[in-house]
Amino acid sequence: MIATFLIQDGVTNGAIYALLGLALVLLFSVTRVIFIPQGEFVAYGALTLALLDGGKVPATTSLLVCFGAIAFLFDLWSMRRGTDIRTFLRSLALNLVLPGVIYGITIVLAPLDLPSVAKALLTILIITPMGVYVYRIAYRPLADASVLVLLIASVGVHLAMMGLGLVFFGAEGLRAEPLADDNYTIGALMVSAQSLCIYGATIAIIVGLYMFFERTLLGKALRATAVNRLGARLVGVRTHLTGVTAFTLAAAIGAVSGVLIGPITTIYYDTGFLIGLKGFVAAIIGGLASFPITAIAAIGVGLVESFSSFFASSYKEVIVFGLIIPVLIWLSLSGGFHEEE
Amino acid sequence: MKNRFFAGMAPVAVLSLSLSLFASSALADITIGVTISSTGPGAALGIPLKNSVELWPAEVGGEKLKVIVLDDAGDPSVATTNARRFVNDDKVDVIVGSALTPASIAVAGVAGETSTPHLSCSPVPPTISKGKWTFVMPQDAGLIARNLFAKMKADGVKTVGYIGFSDSYGDLWMGQFKAIGEQYGLKVVADERYARPDTSVSGQVLKLVAARPDAVFVGASGTGAALPQIGLRERGFAGKIYQTHGAVTFDFLRIAGKAADNTIFASGPAMAPEALPDTAETKAEGMAYVTAYEKRFGPGTRTQFGPHINDAMAILKKAIPVALKKAKPGTPEFRAALRDAIETGGPFPASQGVFNFKADDHLGLDDRAVVLFTAKNGKFEITK
Repeated sequence: MIATFLIQDGVTNGAIYALLGLALVLLFSVTRVIFIPQGEFVAYGALTLALLDGGKVPATTSLLVCFGAIAFLFDLWSMRRGTDIRTFLRSLALNLVLPGVIYGITIVLAPLDLPSVAKALLTILIITPMGVYVYRIAYRPLADASVLVLLIASVGVHLAMMGLGLVFFGAEGLRAEPLADDNYTIGALMVSAQSLCIYGATIAIIVGLYMFFERTLLGKALRATAVNRLGARLVGVRTHLTGVTAFTLAAAIGAVSGVLIGPITTIYYDTGFLIGLKGFVAAIIGGLASFPITAIAAIGVGLVESFSSFFASSYKEVIVFGLIIPVLIWLSLSGGFHEEE
Repeated sequence: MKNRFFAGMAPVAVLSLSLSLFASSALADITIGVTISSTGPGAALGIPLKNSVELWPAEVGGEKLKVIVLDDAGDPSVATTNARRFVNDDKVDVIVGSALTPASIAVAGVAGETSTPHLSCSPVPPTISKGKWTFVMPQDAGLIARNLFAKMKADGVKTVGYIGFSDSYGDLWMGQFKAIGEQYGLKVVADERYARPDTSVSGQVLKLVAARPDAVFVGASGTGAALPQIGLRERGFAGKIYQTHGAVTFDFLRIAGKAADNTIFASGPAMAPEALPDTAETKAEGMAYVTAYEKRFGPGTRTQFGPHINDAMAILKKAIPVALKKAKPGTPEFRAALRDAIETGGPFPASQGVFNFKADDHLGLDDRAVVLFTAKNGKFEITK
């Protein structure tokens, strides 16, 4: 009886970790960035949803406008040696008009009492473009740097985003309203509609990613970049485009995870980091390369977490993060994991 | 061109530098160094403290106050650096802070070494509060625990399930159960831990419920204390839940919603000075502080932590004039005189209690510093 509760709890959390792990693997394989701030997108998503629930205009919208403006300045700087009008207009539209429009939409919609699904979609709309700007500001100038430099840049982005989170959301936690309030009883199990949403969204995103990589040209370009960056460039894949796409996807996945997890727990400006780290454990178990292994490992992390919180709650984090050590030993002994360069 | 610019600037720079040196040496202002965790893991505690500093008066005892506020991010090494800076560069007369226990311990170390009075805004272990130069503003865990345990005994509680943070705050309350729980006939049947950023406490809650305690005691702070509260009620736990003074915030009620009803909280009187009888010594200070704070930062923004800054000033207001008679600010003699004035000049009625320090007691508070609340319909109500 208790075991079923624990399994259910573990799978629910594991599904969130799976989403984060997938985003990390996606980003690493395409851009070689170990994206520590992935968790911040989750926290931003959850906090944005919680503020929308309260009928307030979330600070993330003005943050988005600032990010866009900074990205535009970066574009201007790289265009200082002359450019054509189309590039300029594209940059203007992407970096200034898009966040402006989203800002406007939010201001109009926030005070209205929207259905929760609409609020969730609005949240995803606000957070997703951040991926584009984060890539433009922090990573694109470093696109050819080593993995280590990119990792250090990630630490910087993580600290910056966490600090901004504290400024904009404050230090106390927020909790969003659930997307759906119902509970269903299946045998001895009581399943909340929110956890069904989580399972559904996770499966949908996994299937969606699979279709994207297998069926679309852009997805195939991403895969090509992941396999061999230089080779992909030689055959005409624009690696900046694949980078932007990967970050956009990661931010969207982060926002979705935030919308899903916001109603089941209290989220603080710095919660994202810990959630992201657990996704990272799963991604490491997947060798930062395999989507299916990462997803399964994430469910495993969730289960280990929920069982250890029952049997040895003081040592829960030790057990969860300790999982990574045997995996690393095994990976380094088997020699299956090599850096690209 | 450039050179001429700098040549022009140099005298200005020298002038302003000497002016500032002159200003700090000639006027014997009283300098207070405040190190607070306004970012990092203690931000929820540190921000109201930092805000409260803004409400300090401009002068005390006819002397101008010079207040320097630095952020230590809850990090003991940063707090140490801050404290050293206060002592070496700013020649402060008193150090106030920090908001988290580890950082306060670090500050206390520097204060003791450099003979500077130190008012800590977080609880510290007994080894630290025994220090000659450190005085503690918040209610210590023992005082709160005695009041809460007495209430539990009165409510007929015999077995307790404990759930707390997996850090020193969580250990603190478990330590109280081990030390004095038996005197109140309380037996701990489950000891569970979780971390503030955890996304779920289902495992711990299931274990608590399975142990069938009469009541659950939550040793956690801020909105983090709401997670087991909600979890327990979701799993149908019907017994009483007791929360520490760390959890008494309006954010807690907002997050926990209906799940908070009928929960007992220990708190300092400054959370609800309105509800105190007019005879209470803490009422005047508490009302003045809460009114000023909420006027500035909005209604419903008061916290349990901000008043410690107010109380530090309440003590200094009385102690500084005494010390001024003996020595001039900025000198080691003044610091020693100020320390003596704080230790012997009580009682100091403040918003969170009446401080009456003694040579062997730098906590200084008694039962007047604790009130018990029951949460009802999203409000705290004073309970007996």
